[in-house]
Amino acid sequence: MDIINQMELRFLSVPENEGFARVAVSAFAVQLNPTLDVLADIKTAVSEAVTNAIVHGYEDETGLIVITAALRDDGILEVSVTDTGKGIEDISRAMQPFFTTQPEKERSGMGFSVMQTFMDKVTVESVSGRGTTVRMQKRLREA
Amino acid sequence: MEYERKKGTITVHLTGELDHCSAQSIRRELDALIAEPGVKTLVLDLQDMPFMDSSGIGVILGRYRTLRERGGGVAVKNMNPQVEKVFTLSGMRQVIQTLS
Repeated sequence: MDIINQMELRFLSVPENEGFARVAVSAFAVQLNPTLDVLADIKTAVSEAVTNAIVHGYEDETGLIVITAALRDDGILEVSVTDTGKGIEDISRAMQPFFTTQPEKERSGMGFSVMQTFMDKVTVESVSGRGTTVRMQKRLREA
Repeated sequence: MEYERKKGTITVHLTGELDHCSAQSIRRELDALIAEPGVKTLVLDLQDMPFMDSSGIGVILGRYRTLRERGGGVAVKNMNPQVEKVFTLSGMRQVIQTLS
């Protein structure tokens, strides 16, 4: 398959950018005329990934978050969310429903579960001390 | 934050998006409302809340835990499909009543 359009966003890991990020990615995806339900799924998943980068990746520090998105000619949206924060020590544990390292802050521990449910494919790469990249795919229309 | 109180039930009309960014202020306002003497049940009217992610789950469950200790609980109503999907996925239906 070929890439028919792509974009990159770089922004600081401040909570005010969560809304910006999800709206920007969904606006980019609109080009392939997905349904409103599909757009809502994308917004939700991007929001979770960006929140994870802010809350867990950078924790009490501010760093840079990079989102790349690409539209493929087979109707698939690819999105990656990258931080260069502290990384995830145990990815499979972090992806378990309700697992959270910050229960005292009322984190639900459902971030990855939401991403996996709302998107068609989610993969996570992380190196402790160096950061995390979450890659997601969503079919926007039939090829 | 608009709300109305009838006896031990307080109904709060939430507006705007509920994510990690807005969660802290919403949590603070809800806690102030349910701290009033005699409040046992919190009803969240989500008619004008177009978006919620899993940060909202934490907010709702946190208030549920507080009110459960008083023998009360939390209920929600008027969820849009996106909010309802997050709500259902998180297993909230087991502890949070949904009103029509």
